[in-house]
Amino acid sequence: MKRLLLFIPLLVVVILGVVLFAGIGKDPTALESALIGKSVPEFSLPELQNPDRTLDPSVFRGKVSLLNVWGTWCPSCREEHDDLVWLAEDKGIRIVGLNYKDDRDLALQWLERLGDPYEVTIFDPEGSLGFDLGVYGAPETYVIDGQGTVRYRHVGVVNEKVWREHLEPVVQRYREGN
Amino acid sequence: MHPIRKKRLTIVLFVLAGLATAVGLTTYALRQNINLFYDPTQIAAGEAPLDTRIRAGGMVEEGSVKRDPDSLRVAFRVTDYNESVEVEYVGILPDLFTEGQGVVAMGRMRPDGRFVADQVLAKHDENYMPPEVSDSLKKAEAMGKTRSDSGSAY
Amino acid sequence: MYPELGQFALILALLLAVLLAVVPLMGSLTGRDTLQAFARPLASGVFVFIALAFGVLAHAFLVDDFSVAYVANNSNSLLPWYFKASAVWGGHEGSLLLWVLMLSGWTLAVAVFSRRLPSEMISQVLSVLGMVTVGFLLFILLTSNPFDRLLPNVPADGADLNPLLQDFGLIIHPPMLYMGYVGFSVAFAFAIAALINGRLDAAWARWSRPWTTVAWAFLSLGVALGSWWAYYELGWGGWWFWDPVENASLLPWLSGTALMHSLAVTEKRGVFKSWTVLLAIVTFSLSLLGTFMVRSGVLTSVHAFASDPTRGAFLLGLLGITIVCSLALYAFRAPVVHVRASYTGLSREVFLLLNNVLLVAATVLVLVGTLYPLVLDYLEMGRLSIGEPFFNLTFSPLAIAVGLLLGAGIFSRWKNTDGGWLGRKLLWPMALSVVLAAAIMVAYGGFRPWAFFGALAAVWVCVATGWDLWDKSSSRKGRIHGLKRQSRSYYGMVLAHLGVAITMLGATVASNYGIERDLRMEPGDRARIGEYQVEFVDVGQRQGANFTAEFGRFDVYLDGERVSTLFPEKRRYTVQRNVMTEAGIDAGLLRDLFVAIGERLSDQAWAIRVQYKPLVRWLWLGAIFMAAGGFLAISDRRYRIRERSEQRARTTPTPPASAAESVS
Repeated sequence: MKRLLLFIPLLVVVILGVVLFAGIGKDPTALESALIGKSVPEFSLPELQNPDRTLDPSVFRGKVSLLNVWGTWCPSCREEHDDLVWLAEDKGIRIVGLNYKDDRDLALQWLERLGDPYEVTIFDPEGSLGFDLGVYGAPETYVIDGQGTVRYRHVGVVNEKVWREHLEPVVQRYREGN
Repeated sequence: MHPIRKKRLTIVLFVLAGLATAVGLTTYALRQNINLFYDPTQIAAGEAPLDTRIRAGGMVEEGSVKRDPDSLRVAFRVTDYNESVEVEYVGILPDLFTEGQGVVAMGRMRPDGRFVADQVLAKHDENYMPPEVSDSLKKAEAMGKTRSDSGSAY
Repeated sequence: MYPELGQFALILALLLAVLLAVVPLMGSLTGRDTLQAFARPLASGVFVFIALAFGVLAHAFLVDDFSVAYVANNSNSLLPWYFKASAVWGGHEGSLLLWVLMLSGWTLAVAVFSRRLPSEMISQVLSVLGMVTVGFLLFILLTSNPFDRLLPNVPADGADLNPLLQDFGLIIHPPMLYMGYVGFSVAFAFAIAALINGRLDAAWARWSRPWTTVAWAFLSLGVALGSWWAYYELGWGGWWFWDPVENASLLPWLSGTALMHSLAVTEKRGVFKSWTVLLAIVTFSLSLLGTFMVRSGVLTSVHAFASDPTRGAFLLGLLGITIVCSLALYAFRAPVVHVRASYTGLSREVFLLLNNVLLVAATVLVLVGTLYPLVLDYLEMGRLSIGEPFFNLTFSPLAIAVGLLLGAGIFSRWKNTDGGWLGRKLLWPMALSVVLAAAIMVAYGGFRPWAFFGALAAVWVCVATGWDLWDKSSSRKGRIHGLKRQSRSYYGMVLAHLGVAITMLGATVASNYGIERDLRMEPGDRARIGEYQVEFVDVGQRQGANFTAEFGRFDVYLDGERVSTLFPEKRRYTVQRNVMTEAGIDAGLLRDLFVAIGERLSDQAWAIRVQYKPLVRWLWLGAIFMAAGGFLAISDRRYRIRERSEQRARTTPTPPASAAESVS
């Protein structure tokens, strides 16, 4: 009987642990995109640096690309920016930017100041492409193969680790496919 | 009563009394001092209670900071790019308070829709945004509203 | 080349730690002395290799080896050498390395200073410490390797140490704090070893007491340093914010204080054994929790895991395994046998039990206030914060109650105290304290109920401690002889209790009678603060090693006389482009004057904060007293005498424990 009292601390801790563990399942980053395996939705949007040029899904043709959704209002985008520059410059990865619900001047200043990892940046102030892609927030990064098919979606910051463990294998696979 | 029993009873009573006091104090104080977080969208929708100490946060709108020339009174707008709310504060703003940065303000809502802050927090890292703010921004984004809706605030 | 050597040393240390965790324990369980004999050499080996790794990392910082990622992220060639050295623990990886360095240091200390312990006990204690070391070394090697290289792209210069950490307080604060945190691992290891071998007796309590006391003394200093640093560097004059990081250090201090007192009862009277063991487990768990909270990123956001979940998950796993295993061991092995020793409702035992109840209540309270928002957020049940008033409202009455109880408890006797005698005994000291507390109210100009009770508790502790010393030192051979006759551990207790009183009084007066004014000032303006006048003279600029600063010049006048000149600064750090406020403080034993400059409001005008903080230094002075008391107590003769007698005992067939009993 007395012995049972000594189990109380253990029980308290275990119950707390179970409650907390139950919460782990609610990982907001584990979002599957309905678009995986499908083509990038149709769009026709101006380029950020050059408002007269209109971009459409053909920008993805020919080479595996990363589509990176960003905005100057998003602090995590600042966090991943250096890693994107590293990917573009050192790894030679083609990155297409999707400037999402942002202000053109601010976005240009940002790229000026921090470096521009994007081969081309789609300017989407209304968030229409973002909506079609099912973007939840920024940053998000998609792997898109040379045929313009969405192959992978990553929600959250891209860093060296995420690149190595999640994005690089996918990029490799579809690169060889070409 | 047997002396040992009695002694044990005293101890148990002591412990229980201590626990009860602690639990009572804690719940009382918790009820008084929980500061819920509201984002500008919720405040604009009238969800925030009046005259209760709450936290509000978002980005400081560019060009919205207005200072009183004779005192430390300052007013600025905080936005989640969906709605924005007018914040009033008297005092010293933190070092990292700048337009376009995330802040969290503690204070009370006034019936006229202004938020009177008694404390304004900004964090020490330019990459850092108070988690509530980035959450609420994400939420505002996720609602699929376009920026042009709130463009009037600019 | 060197950094790889460091990593190699860590791997070797891990291997030795695994052996340390297994071999002596096996030896003690199977009764094989040869295996147990490995405990001490292994403990030394682990320490040597971790120290080597730490030295390598420090070397990398001092020679600006930016090929090491951790160095590149936390240092800069412009940093002065002492900040380069302290930058070793300025980031996540290095501070964990410091953590295990201290852990292995404590392990070595146990190995060296516990020669009098039965070899079975010491083997188990060292093995348990080895297990903890294994956990943390694995964590470092698998998730937070400080020796990772940035090859082949070596940055030209480092990203600089966070300016907040470029400060004297931050050079010494983490080592002190970690000495405390990690020190409780020894008490924990003793408790676990005692549970394993079932020898939960007075001797066990006596062995773990000095270790607990030292750890507690270091932790007291660590907590106080953190508060001092926050006061002058971060806080615009606040000295405690009930911030989760601060609470993380306060939690083990509170339960550690309870543990220290409960160990005393277990040693002297052989009671409360299970409770003491539980406290040892809880205290160490709270130390781990503190490390976890500060290091895992849960404080920024519980979802911060998302960008790097391994670290948080690993630490959480480590924490979970430690707590669950030790509590399971506790549940199955803690003694349920009831104590024969008898004591009544007014004995010293009960006073100390009450002290424990209050301290544990305070621990629970701070824990709830700290974790509740995190847990709710984690379960996505909403975001909220718990304000300072919650802690002030709940913690203050408990602190006052602890103080009042302490004063009464000092007069109590073991086993039984006569209620009427105690009441008469307390009457005069209490009357004196009330008068003194009232005098303090008058001196500071105004009666406030909270301030009164805070001051009363503080004064009461002092008066009771002094009164008791007076009583105890009366001797037919004169007062001096009587004072000399008291043991060092008694004086240690007196000092530590005075320290508590000093801190309490400082906290009470500083928070109730401080004056704080935020002003808009232009050069030439004057402001009144209490009896002082502060004049804003002019502004200037200066260039520091890695920052530029705008500073203000403020003359402070008292009764028309200039008493000091302050130079608060606003620094702009070049590499990290951060702005930092450096306050100008005129420190004094009885009051601080504190001037800080905020933003520039117009060409001429600045936002200025002027503060008058009475007795604020006492907060930290008290902690110095507490720590000094702790160190004095463990230098007590009785530990040394026993050592000698036990050395003698070792040559005779007498079991060491009983020899120890006979001396004390």
